[in-house]
Amino acid sequence: MTQPVFWALVGMALVVMGLYALIVHAHLLRKVLALNVMSSGVFLVFIGLARRAPGEDAPLAADPVPQAMVLTGIVVAVAATGLALALIVRQRALTGRTTLNDDVGR
Amino acid sequence: MPLELLGPGWSGPHWMLAAVFVPLSAALLSFLLPRLASPLGLIAATLTAVAALALTREVMAEGTTRTLLGGWATPLGILWRADGLSAALMAMTAIVGVMVSLYAAAYFRHEAHERAYFWPLWLMLWAALNALFLSADLFNLYVTLELLGFSAVSLTALGGGAAALNGAIRYLLVSVLGSLSYLLGVALVYHGCGSVDIGLVAACVPDAPRPAMQVALAAMIAGLLLKTALFPFHVWLPPAHGSAPAPVSAVLSALVVKASFYLVLRLWLDVLGGGDGDGGGRWVAELLGALGAAGVVWGSVLALRQERLKLLIAYSTVAQIGYLFLAFPLALTGDAVAWTGALYLALAHGLAKAAMFLCAGNLLRFGGHDRIAELDSAVHRLPLTLTAFALAGVSIMGLPPSGGFIGKWLLLKAAFEQERFLLATVILLGGALAAAYVFKVVGHAFTPAERERRVRSVPPDMEWSAIFLAVAAIVLGLTLPLISPLLQVGTASAASAAVTLMAEGYA
Amino acid sequence: MSPLFDPQLPADALLPLLVLASSLLPGLVIFFLGEARVRTRTALNLGGAFLKLGFVAWMIWGVYHGQRYELRLPLVDDLDLTLRVGALSLLFLVLSAGLWLLTTVYAVGYLEQSPHRSRFFGFFSLCVTATVGVAMAGNLLTFLLFFEMLTLTTYPLVVHRGTEAARQAGIVYLTHTMLAGALLLAGTVWLYTLAGTLTFAPRGFVSDIAGSHAGALTAIFALLIGGVGVKAALVPLHGWLPRAMVAPAPVSALLHAVAVVKAGAFGVVLIVYDVFGVEQAAALGLTGPLALVAAVTIIYGSLRALFQDDLKRRLAFSTVSQVSYIVLGVAIVGPLASVGGIVHLVHQGIMKITLFFCAGNLAETLGIHKVSEMNGVGRRMPGTMVAFTIAALGMIGVPPIAGFISKWYLGLGALEAGVHWPLYVLTASSLLNAAYFLPILHRAWFREPSGAWAERSAEHAVGDEPRTAAAGAGSPQLETGLLLLLPPLVTAALSLLVGLFASMPFSALEWSLLIAEREFHYP
Repeated sequence: MTQPVFWALVGMALVVMGLYALIVHAHLLRKVLALNVMSSGVFLVFIGLARRAPGEDAPLAADPVPQAMVLTGIVVAVAATGLALALIVRQRALTGRTTLNDDVGR
Repeated sequence: MPLELLGPGWSGPHWMLAAVFVPLSAALLSFLLPRLASPLGLIAATLTAVAALALTREVMAEGTTRTLLGGWATPLGILWRADGLSAALMAMTAIVGVMVSLYAAAYFRHEAHERAYFWPLWLMLWAALNALFLSADLFNLYVTLELLGFSAVSLTALGGGAAALNGAIRYLLVSVLGSLSYLLGVALVYHGCGSVDIGLVAACVPDAPRPAMQVALAAMIAGLLLKTALFPFHVWLPPAHGSAPAPVSAVLSALVVKASFYLVLRLWLDVLGGGDGDGGGRWVAELLGALGAAGVVWGSVLALRQERLKLLIAYSTVAQIGYLFLAFPLALTGDAVAWTGALYLALAHGLAKAAMFLCAGNLLRFGGHDRIAELDSAVHRLPLTLTAFALAGVSIMGLPPSGGFIGKWLLLKAAFEQERFLLATVILLGGALAAAYVFKVVGHAFTPAERERRVRSVPPDMEWSAIFLAVAAIVLGLTLPLISPLLQVGTASAASAAVTLMAEGYA
Repeated sequence: MSPLFDPQLPADALLPLLVLASSLLPGLVIFFLGEARVRTRTALNLGGAFLKLGFVAWMIWGVYHGQRYELRLPLVDDLDLTLRVGALSLLFLVLSAGLWLLTTVYAVGYLEQSPHRSRFFGFFSLCVTATVGVAMAGNLLTFLLFFEMLTLTTYPLVVHRGTEAARQAGIVYLTHTMLAGALLLAGTVWLYTLAGTLTFAPRGFVSDIAGSHAGALTAIFALLIGGVGVKAALVPLHGWLPRAMVAPAPVSALLHAVAVVKAGAFGVVLIVYDVFGVEQAAALGLTGPLALVAAVTIIYGSLRALFQDDLKRRLAFSTVSQVSYIVLGVAIVGPLASVGGIVHLVHQGIMKITLFFCAGNLAETLGIHKVSEMNGVGRRMPGTMVAFTIAALGMIGVPPIAGFISKWYLGLGALEAGVHWPLYVLTASSLLNAAYFLPILHRAWFREPSGAWAERSAEHAVGDEPRTAAAGAGSPQLETGLLLLLPPLVTAALSLLVGLFASMPFSALEWSLLIAEREFHYP
């Protein structure tokens, strides 16, 4: 197993774990954490698999483009977490609940 | 011409920049100067719309327009590209945007707190939308998608009530999940192609390693479907759209869901070349069509069963989104008719649905509630609002000569040509169900009001902006000879054009 | 810049537009008028009606001299919105424009003091716009457009009274017409994908594909006829019509006796003649089932009419029955039968509108809604009942009233086509007509006055009803308002005259002969 594939698999495992946690946990804080785990996994896949040109055999030479992209992604993830936490805190202050309503979608 | 007065010697790239940076800077300004938010917002809205419409005219006359932001070459620089598809959606956004801005200025006149947050968020959303329609690389699209999602979520929470917050949180979780799925796909695409430029990716997809690329595109499309609220991913939409303030609901239903649909379409048409040529593509198209058909029926039935007006309109959005996906299987033969039909439906739905939500806002403000069974007194006193709702309903039902009719006609034509009678039946059934839920509301106009209640008056701007949008949805039906050539601009030329631009950038 | 409109509109394209605009624009203006602006509203209504009649007369003169009227507006694909005026269109145009004028007069009288008049007259004008649009449609797409517009604009009139019964009737009406619209749309698109055109043409436009797509054409025929059959009230699609009788009398009179059901029947004529071509339809085996449906509808409607005590419901079922004469005439396949069917389009309209006007007068003046309350009413309202009697006798087919002409040609046509069963249907139907109309006439003329209205008259001496008082400022005193009495008398006289002068030039019969000739002996 080459190193990129290893990192990609670890990243995918994180994504799957995050998705699982997002679905099973009702508490909103846990859902936000799950999304963060997922995004870490996606970033890992991105960085791990990055290489400059397809087919070349020197993949670990630093490719700046995905690094820049993941940096942007991290900023987005932080912003999303901040927004989510603000909304959750506000909802808890208003209603005392930290879960989603279940009376929708019918 | 007034356009030349505004920007002497301006061409496509200038209008592109204006369409994004005017609302962006106005968003920041209105955040810093909340007292001036409304006038600032209205001016910015007008300028943005002018820029978008000027760009549309430019695209119509000159064909696809491109620019490299700041002159930086790709892959580190950012390429913007406006073809017919982008231009049509930007023009629709411009019309809806101006009307919603006018409406919102009246709607939030006496709510200083909400007004101070509405304008920055809404202008940010508009900037994100325009940037999304212009972006030509997959990662940049991710960024604009997130900008769009965050401003939409914040707008949903604007009312501040428990229902609005809950709807917003649900929306945020879904939105981030969808974006992550999309980003995962982008990562795999970059791995396979070494680029995220749509044109270059399109050129490389046929030769790229198969399973990785399939997973990548599946992840991207699945994420986008989640954001588009295609059945069965629609459960987040009604609470979010139903609990937001009226101008926000209008923007969310008319514009925001169209953005992710636009992206699906871009991937499908530009990257996958319409899904033809391999068995997997056919299978995916059939699946999307089946989900769309299920969405049409299920969304319409649920809309019919709602007791609150805003939820009814929100479920109608679920149904109308279903229609857009019926084009995927119908376009497999390579005939563009189905795509034109779906795009027409998207444009008509944008105008009509915005009008409907604005009407709902008027009724809500007038009567203090939006329970359909008790709407009669409000409906009686707001004939203009009712007219707007009925006219928008004509387009949603797909009756001639509205924009919705043309869209349905083209889809039906494709269905009958390929003898796909089941899909044709779904298209027709959706129209009949739409008539049922529209008249469920309109019918109350003719039953006498039992008690007179007048909670708050509705300013005329709020009624006329709704009327304008509804009439625009009808008039759209008469403009196919104008719009059809626009939609053809830039189709199938994306790949080659991007390659040339890349080469120029490196040179 | 825009390719939408041809910059130069020649007069022959302008005239169809003017016919539409003469009711569309007044209708739109009326919506914005205050309730109290009675004079302005009436002036707009009548002005529009007279203008429309004038434009139609101008077109009759033009068509007679070989002028062609056509207006095109590109809509989708290579399909246009086409307005075109030919002999058949003119027949329907004259009918709707003429009866619109009379009904407007009647409605102005009928709706004095009632609420929401601006809304009523606004939609009323839009309905007529849709009807003349149906009449002038040059292709199936244009027909569809105005047909759907007719649905949308009649709905507010059906539910105008705002009662629970009206709301229910509105729901039934919409369910029927919207599903019908879906069928019509399906048939239209399907036909377009096969034939590549939708432009109406004498003897149809499907003969090229009749051989290769016989099955599909049969299905398309069923879809199209199902789509228009709802408005034409063909059994079993007629359920909406009796319920729609909750609407005010002018609505029942113009729309449910003339505009809506006639638009449906006109649609059947167009589909058989100008889409399929009657001989092509016969060759595909489509006219037989259509004739059967028409026959069943004729008998069923008459039978149901026999057992209705509510006067307007009895008239409604009579309409169900009578409108299918038109369909039968078309489906028998033969020149003379076609003449009978097409001429009945006009004759039935004039007679049935008279009956509904009279029913409205009885209800408005004396509060009579049921047949059983009509004892002796002929003495109290002789003018109304004379009109009613003429129209009813015409419906039965007594010569020389209009209805006789229609039945005569239908019978001749059946013989000419070599089939006998339509004769039995016609005879049975005429007997049934007599069975449900003659008792009414007997009650009205030969029984002693009884019932609530008679007691009221006895108590308050003569002429104390509000209507009469309002109308009877001068002597001699009228039985009801002048505006209510005049229209039925005019239409009754008309139904007598078109029967008497059936063979004069420009009569409905002559036009029908012209149309049938074009369909059957086209070079």
